[in-house]
Amino acid sequence: MTVELLVAVAIGVLTTGGVWLMLRARIFDVVLGLTLLSYAVNLFIFAMGRVRAGAAPIVQDGVAPTLDNYTDPVPQALVLTAIVISFAMTAVLLVVAIRARSATGTDHVDGSEPPS
Amino acid sequence: MMLFALVFGPLVAAVLVLLAAPGRRSAAWAAGLVALGSFGWLLTEFDTVATGTILRHSVSWLPQLGLTLGFRLDGLAWLFAALITGIGALIILYAAWYMSDGDPIPRFYAYLLTFMGAMLGVVVSDNLILMAVFWELTSVASFLLIGYWTHRDDARGGARMALTITGLGGLALLGGVILLSHIVGSTSLDVVLASGAQIAAHPLYLPALILILLGAFTKSAQFPFHFWLPNAMAAPTPVSAFLHSATMVKLGVFLLARLYPALGSTEAWFWIVTSVGLATLLVGAVVAIFKHDLKGLLAYSTISHLGLITMLFGLDRPMAVVAGIFHIVNHAVFKAGLFMAAGIIDHETGTRDMRKLHGLMRSMPITGTLAIIATGGMAGVPLFNGFLSKEMFFTELVSGDALSSHLNDFGAVLLPFAVMIATICSVAYSVRFIHDVFFNARPDELESRPHDPPVFMWLPVGLLALLCLAVGIAPKWVALPLLEVASSAALHGGPGPLPAFELAIWHGFNWPLAMSGIALLGGTALYFGLQARLGLHKTSGLPCGGRDLFVLTLRKLTSIAQTATSGLENGHLQRYLLLLFALIVVAVVLPLATSSWALSGPRQTLATPSFIVVWVLAIAATAATVIAYRRRLLALVLMGIVGLAVSLCFVVLSAPDLALTQLLVEMVTIMLMMMALRRLPEESPERREHLRAYRDGAIALAAGICMAVLAWAVLTRPPPATSVAPYYLETTVAQGGGANAVNVIIVDYRGFDTMGEITVLGIAGLLISSLLFRFRPTGPKAPQPGPPSLMLVLLSRLLLPLAIVVALFLYFRGHNQPGGGFAAGLVMAIALIVLDAGNGQAWVSRRLRADFRPWIGAGLMTAGLTGVGSWLFGSPFLTSTYDYPWLPGVGGVPLASAGLFDLGVFLTVVGATVLALFAINGLSEPDSAPEPPRS
Repeated sequence: MTVELLVAVAIGVLTTGGVWLMLRARIFDVVLGLTLLSYAVNLFIFAMGRVRAGAAPIVQDGVAPTLDNYTDPVPQALVLTAIVISFAMTAVLLVVAIRARSATGTDHVDGSEPPS
Repeated sequence: MMLFALVFGPLVAAVLVLLAAPGRRSAAWAAGLVALGSFGWLLTEFDTVATGTILRHSVSWLPQLGLTLGFRLDGLAWLFAALITGIGALIILYAAWYMSDGDPIPRFYAYLLTFMGAMLGVVVSDNLILMAVFWELTSVASFLLIGYWTHRDDARGGARMALTITGLGGLALLGGVILLSHIVGSTSLDVVLASGAQIAAHPLYLPALILILLGAFTKSAQFPFHFWLPNAMAAPTPVSAFLHSATMVKLGVFLLARLYPALGSTEAWFWIVTSVGLATLLVGAVVAIFKHDLKGLLAYSTISHLGLITMLFGLDRPMAVVAGIFHIVNHAVFKAGLFMAAGIIDHETGTRDMRKLHGLMRSMPITGTLAIIATGGMAGVPLFNGFLSKEMFFTELVSGDALSSHLNDFGAVLLPFAVMIATICSVAYSVRFIHDVFFNARPDELESRPHDPPVFMWLPVGLLALLCLAVGIAPKWVALPLLEVASSAALHGGPGPLPAFELAIWHGFNWPLAMSGIALLGGTALYFGLQARLGLHKTSGLPCGGRDLFVLTLRKLTSIAQTATSGLENGHLQRYLLLLFALIVVAVVLPLATSSWALSGPRQTLATPSFIVVWVLAIAATAATVIAYRRRLLALVLMGIVGLAVSLCFVVLSAPDLALTQLLVEMVTIMLMMMALRRLPEESPERREHLRAYRDGAIALAAGICMAVLAWAVLTRPPPATSVAPYYLETTVAQGGGANAVNVIIVDYRGFDTMGEITVLGIAGLLISSLLFRFRPTGPKAPQPGPPSLMLVLLSRLLLPLAIVVALFLYFRGHNQPGGGFAAGLVMAIALIVLDAGNGQAWVSRRLRADFRPWIGAGLMTAGLTGVGSWLFGSPFLTSTYDYPWLPGVGGVPLASAGLFDLGVFLTVVGATVLALFAINGLSEPDSAPEPPRS
C-alpha cells in the first residue's frame, strides 16, 4: 500500500461522495457535496507536485535548494489560495440559500418543491 | 478622395438625419442633396471613366490581413453608382410627397441613405472582403426599410424573410470570396479579375462558384429563392421602387457582371446560371399574370426580368453580356417608374387591387400616360427601351453558333422556345396592368375620387418615362457611350475590346423581329383570352411553393430549437449538474480510451505506514457523511473529520502551510455552516427516488474513478524535467528574503494573484453582510438558543488575547516558517467569532464597537499601496524588497516589504471572515438578547 495509491483512491472516494451529494435536491446537501469535492480537487492539485514526506519547501541552510531536497512549492501555493476562496464561496452560497428559503419557503435547489 | 465621400457621405448623412431629427421637408432636402450631389459628381467624372481610366482611392485598413479600404470606379461601377444615386434622387423627391405625416420621416431617410451608402460601397469596392461587408450592410438596411412600418405584421414578416434569405446568401458569398481570394492569393479585385484562367483550373473553383452564385441568386430573387421579393412588397412604395427595381435586387446581377471575367467562361457557369435564369424568367412571368395586387404583379415581373438578365450572363457570350448590362439599365428605368406609378394609384384611390381598379385613364390622364410608356418598355414594344435589349437577347438565342458549343440541336431549339413562352407571358401581364387599371370599365366602388397627384409626385415618373422613350428612339446618342464603357468593364474588368454591335431600332426583317412580333401579338391575345375564358379576376392566384416551404422550415427549425432548449434548460439544477458531470466524465474518458498509455509510471513510490491511519479516517468519514447526509448536523460533524484528515494528509506530505490553513478554514467553515443550519431545515426530507440515486451514483462513481486514475497516473510518473519549481526554491531566500517558498510565492512572486484573491474575499464578506443587512428571516423560526454555556462564555473571553498573540506569531514567522497573513488572519477571526457565538452579538458590539468593513478596505489599501510603493523605486507593481535590521536584544528582524503586503492580507481576511460570520450569527440572535453573566 503505497502513499500514491492511497492518495489516488482517497481523491476518487472524495470525488464520488462530493458529486453524489451535489446531485441531491436540497441546497445544504449540495453545499456539503461542494465542500467534499473541493477537498478532492485541492488534493488533486496538490498531488500534481508529487507526494513526498519530510521535504517541506522551507529552505534550510546547507541543503541545496533543488527539487531533490524539497517538494514542489507551486501547487501548494495554488491550493492555499484555493482553500480560502472555497471558504468564501461556501459562505456566499449559504447566505443565498438562507435568503432563498426565506423568500420561497423551500430549500429545494430549484426554488420550489417538486410535485410529489 | 471623392470616392470616399461618395460611399461615406450618405452613411454620415444618415446618422446626422437620425440624430438631428429634422422636419419632413428638411430631412427630404438633406437626403436629396446628398443623392443629387453624388449623382452630379458622377456625371462630371463620366468623361474620365469613358476613356477607360479607373478612378481609385485607398487607405490601409488591416495590413496584417492584406486588406485595404479601397475603392475603384470603372465603367460598370459608374453605371451602377449613377443608377443608385440618380434613381435615388428621384425616389427621395417622390417620397417627400408620398410619405404621410404620421410616419417617422427622419428614420425613413436615414435608412434610405444608409442603404444608398451601402449599395455604393458594394459597387465601388476594390476588395472582395470589403464588398462582402457592404453587401451585408445592404441586407441589414433593406431589412430596416422593408420593415419600416413596424406596426404591420406583414411588414415585419416580409422584412424578416428578406433578411433571412439575403443574409444567408451573404454568408455564402463571404465563404465564396474567401475561397476565391485563397485561390488567387489576394483579396484585390484587380488581381481576381485578371486571374480567370487560374481560377477556372483550380480544384476549389466549383465550391467557390456555387457559394458566390448563392449570394447572387438570393439577392436577385432567383428561383427558388424568389419568394422573399413579393413578401417584401409590404414596404412603403418608394422603398419598393428603389430597392426592388434599381438597386438591391440588381446587386446579384451586378455580382455576376463584376466577377464574370474571373468566374465565367466555364461549363459549370453556363449550366447553372443559364438554367436558374431561365427558370426564374418563366416562373416570374407566368405567376405575374395571375396577381391581383399591382405591386405583386410588378414584383413577379421584376423576378422574371432578373431571370432574363441572369440568363444573359449565363449564356457566356460577349454580346450577351452587353445585352445584360443594357437590360439592367432599361429595367431599372421602367420598373422604378412603374412602382412609383403604382404608388400614385394606391395613394389616390386607396387600393392596389386590380379587381377594384377600372378606367382610371379618364381621371388620371398624366399618370396613365406615363405608366403606359413605362409598360411599353416592360413589354418590349418598339420605340421603348426594353425593346432594344430584348431584341439583343433574341439575337443571341437564335444566332446559329451561339449555343452550339454547349447544347445539342434539340436544346438549341428548346431554349428559344421556352424564352418565347416567357416573353408572351410578360406581354400579357403588361397588357393586364394597363388594361385593368386604366381602361376596362368605369371606376366604381372606390373610396375616394381619384385625380392626378401634384406635379412633384409625378415628375420623377415623368423623367423616367422620358428616359424610356429617349433610349428607345435614339439609343445611339443616349445609351451607347455608357453601354460601351460599362460592358467592357464587365467583360474585362477594365477597358478592353467589345464585340461589334449596332444599337438601332431597325435591323431589317429577321428572326428577332419576328419573335418580338409574335410575343406582342401572342401576349395580347393571351391576356384577352384568359380574361374571357377564365375571368382573371376570379382566380385566386397561383400557389408559389417557396414561401410556404420557407415558413414551414422556419417553424420546424424553431420548434426543434425549442425542444432542444427546453430539454436541456428545464430549470432544474440537478439536470444541469448531471449533464455537466456526465460531460466531464466523457471528456476525460474519451482521450484516455482512444490513445495508448500506461496506467502506472516508473516513479519510485513512497511507503509511509502511518499514512494509512489518516487514510482510513478520511475514507470512513467521507462514507459516513454521504450515508448520514439527511441528518445534517451529524453530517456536518463528520465532514469536519474529513477536513481534519485532509489537513493531516498535508502534514504527512510535506505541506505544513496547507495543513495549517486547511485546519483553520475547516473550523471557520464548520462554524459557518452550523450557524446557517439554524436557518435551514435540520433534515433533508426523505423521498422515494432510488432510480435517481443509483443513476447519480453511477455518474459520481465514474467521476471518482476518473479522478483517481488521473491522480495515480501522475503520481507514479517523475515530475517533468523542466519546471518552474526549482527557480522558486533557488531564489526564495536570495530574492524573496524568506525561507518559506510557499509564503514567498504568495506574497511576492505571485503577489498580484493574491491581491485579486483577497479582493474576492473582501467582496464576499461585503456581499454577505449586505445580503443580510436588516434581514429578518420569515418562515420557520429558528430554535431559540438556550442560556449561554458558562464554559463557552469564559473560555471565549480568555481565548481572544491568546489568539491575538498566536496570530502575531504566525504573521511574523510566516516568511521563513509555516504561517503568514492568511493563517494569522484566520486565527484572529476564529477567536472573535467564538467570542460572538459565546456571548452574543449585543455583548460583543457593546465592547468592541468595531465595524469590520473598514478592515477590508484597510487591508486592500495596504496591499495595494505596498505594490504601488515599488513604483517610487522605479520597479514594477508589487516588486518586493527586504532587509534584516538588527535590533538590540531581539536580534535580526526579518523586514520585507512583502511583510507589509502580508499585513494587508491579514487585515482583509479578518475583516471579511468576521463580517460574514457575524452577519450570519446575527440571524439567530433573538431581537433582545439576554445579557450574559458578568465575569
